[in-house]
Amino acid sequence: MVPDFSQDFFALFGLKRAYRIDAARLDQAYHELQGQVHPDRHAHLPETEKRLSMQWATQVNEAYRTLKKPLLRANYLLRLAGTDTDHESNTAMPPEFLMEQMEWREAVAEAREAGDHHELEKLMQRLEKHAGAIRDEIEVSLDTKKDYATAADAVRRLMFIEKLEHEIEDALEALESQE
Amino acid sequence: MALLQITEPGMSTAPHQHRLAVGIDLGTTNSLVATVRNGIAVVLSDGKGRSLLPSIVRYKADGSVDVGYAAQGAQSADPRNTIVSVKRFMGRGLKDVSHIESMPYDFLDAEGMVRLRTAAGVKSPVEVSAEILKSLRARAEASLGGELVGAVITVPAYFDDAQRQATKDAATLAGLNVLRLLNEPTAAAIAYGLDNSSEGVYAVFDLGGGTFDISILKLSRGVFEVLATNGDASLGGDDFDQRVYCWILDDAKIRFPSIEDTRHLLLKAREAKEMLTSHDEAPIHAALRTGEQVNLTLKIDTFADITKNLITKTLAPTRKALRDAGLTVDDIKGVVMVGGATRMPQVQRAVAEYFKQEPLTNLDPEKVVALGAAMQANVLAGNRAGADDWLLLDVIPLSLGLETMGGLTEKVIPRNSTIPIAKAQEFTTFKDGQTAMSFHVVQGERELVSDCRSLAKFELRGIPPMVAGAARIRVTFQVDADGLLSVSAREMTSGVEASIRVKPSYGLTDDEIAGMLKESIDNVGDDVQARNLREQQVEAQRLIEAVEAALAADGGLLRVEERTDIDEEIASLKKRIAGTDHRAIKAGIDSLNAATQDFAARRMDQGVKRALTGHKVIELKL
Repeated sequence: MVPDFSQDFFALFGLKRAYRIDAARLDQAYHELQGQVHPDRHAHLPETEKRLSMQWATQVNEAYRTLKKPLLRANYLLRLAGTDTDHESNTAMPPEFLMEQMEWREAVAEAREAGDHHELEKLMQRLEKHAGAIRDEIEVSLDTKKDYATAADAVRRLMFIEKLEHEIEDALEALESQE
Repeated sequence: MALLQITEPGMSTAPHQHRLAVGIDLGTTNSLVATVRNGIAVVLSDGKGRSLLPSIVRYKADGSVDVGYAAQGAQSADPRNTIVSVKRFMGRGLKDVSHIESMPYDFLDAEGMVRLRTAAGVKSPVEVSAEILKSLRARAEASLGGELVGAVITVPAYFDDAQRQATKDAATLAGLNVLRLLNEPTAAAIAYGLDNSSEGVYAVFDLGGGTFDISILKLSRGVFEVLATNGDASLGGDDFDQRVYCWILDDAKIRFPSIEDTRHLLLKAREAKEMLTSHDEAPIHAALRTGEQVNLTLKIDTFADITKNLITKTLAPTRKALRDAGLTVDDIKGVVMVGGATRMPQVQRAVAEYFKQEPLTNLDPEKVVALGAAMQANVLAGNRAGADDWLLLDVIPLSLGLETMGGLTEKVIPRNSTIPIAKAQEFTTFKDGQTAMSFHVVQGERELVSDCRSLAKFELRGIPPMVAGAARIRVTFQVDADGLLSVSAREMTSGVEASIRVKPSYGLTDDEIAGMLKESIDNVGDDVQARNLREQQVEAQRLIEAVEAALAADGGLLRVEERTDIDEEIASLKKRIAGTDHRAIKAGIDSLNAATQDFAARRMDQGVKRALTGHKVIELKL
């Protein structure tokens, strides 16, 4: 018997379906749910309950991760609204954005090759500022204007930026391992 | 679930309410067993009052085995058959083991895991570890006066799937029911956190005999949430001994020491290291079998100098863990020191310097892991009292993925994901008419498969022939609460399926374990029939208790006829317990389990709803 996970993630945590969320309330609801379903709470019980508990705890972890991270949360909201960001096929981005991306990318590559720890950190901070502005755009499009096409566009741009941030993290990590 | 704890007086037929459970710290150098007695976690000592058990196993030609202090005394005289630091070989191939040149063992490079040829035959590290666990189990049962319900076994947080599986296999082989594999730093955090009722973000710096872990945990209202973990599964006190040993060889101009002298000098090296914890210099005197005399003095500055880069090696994982947690040292409220190797003053200094604060050492760094494990074992066994209302949310230390075209790794589950976790990824066929697909499961952070640890390989066969790219193969990774992975693959259009518990390439097969278990049972002359019967009776009793408690709490969720069904199953199982046919009892257990499936699911749903209702009540109060 498979548990019924048809409830959406916002409902699971008792939250309103919106991009802007109360992070403290999400954390609290997450802890309370895991407090009920976590395998550690069912370790002394029969196999059936252990299995159910693992399925539930897995689902709650997945739901929490999705709502916790802004990019995943935005993607999830778009999916619930029937707008797929379709990140595999739909990569048509405005040329000026792509241009900007290339410049960022070059700056990261240069700093990495030079082993410039400081410069990488600086690039990261600038990117994070940029990402913050896009997240604000997403919030307005999703919560206020309900303009899903514009939101999907911003989500795609945010994906590019987060990918770049991961590359900087990898570069920083590689530098540290050499030290 | 709090409601499950309520048993009606007189309803339970359990012989004793308190279930005997222990926490075991299976260490590289020493192992310990602890339990919760009258609400307090205590380490259990042997008959001579010693709490540590040296993790040393000696195999003798007559087939008998010495464990602990008895084996320790023989290590210089019989190094080949006296296995120390076996934890370093768990789930490891020969090429993964460092310092192999100074090890006296007769290695055999078997598939997956290295084996050791001893006077008593070829032994796998799993079997050697099982001897240590058996010894601890016997100590616990003697001390507690009964059979154990189960044990929590600790593992380094940075252990990969192969090492975790090997540890679990060793416990099974030792006849222990594993309630959970628990990460060592997390165990330490329980012992510390519950003592100090702390809130905030803490770092646990755990340098043991052979492994290093760093975990960053957030503590809030009884929840221990691991934000990130990192480490080095082959860095520990042993490496400091090794450095001193090399220094001795160099300084005393010893060329090719025999395996006996090597073991002897390594012991002297360790003694010197331990002495330097509280002295500025340590004399090293040794008489070698060649007649050579070693008379040296190791000064603390020299020691610090030759081991400096070992300490540096702990800092890179520490930085990575902090970055993964999205934090800086300024966010860390306290640093907990765990593991015997953190007694070294230069380790404490380096940690204090890095975190800009004095580390916490008020609990014995060698006992704290076992104590935390005992507390968790007590809860998992179902002895939870009102005050034990904590929750652990732990993570996997290393990313899990699959090999794709060109020997590259496709990450499926990223490191530091909270467990349990499941992730699915879809793949498709490469050639027209392709009917089979092979999967290679790997663990690690590197891009090339050859730089990651290979965990398992398996095949999905019977895919209906289609044009390339038309098949949709969904591969699902599931990591359970022990941090163990299982993988399944399914072709979505036809429903063809294959699944695997990630074991064969790095562990023992289930058959091998069954064989070894049978052998050990035969050896002690135990009656297999009697043992099976006892096991099934205990299992049935446990199930009945659990169901009766559930009925008492939530019986209202059942319709009358459902309730009647379950009551009949219970009555029937109770009758079978009184008999002597273990198969009949097993059938009764399965039948009662089946009858209560829907009930269990409804109770879980109710628990979920209750969590949210409780949450809203709190909100209203604010």
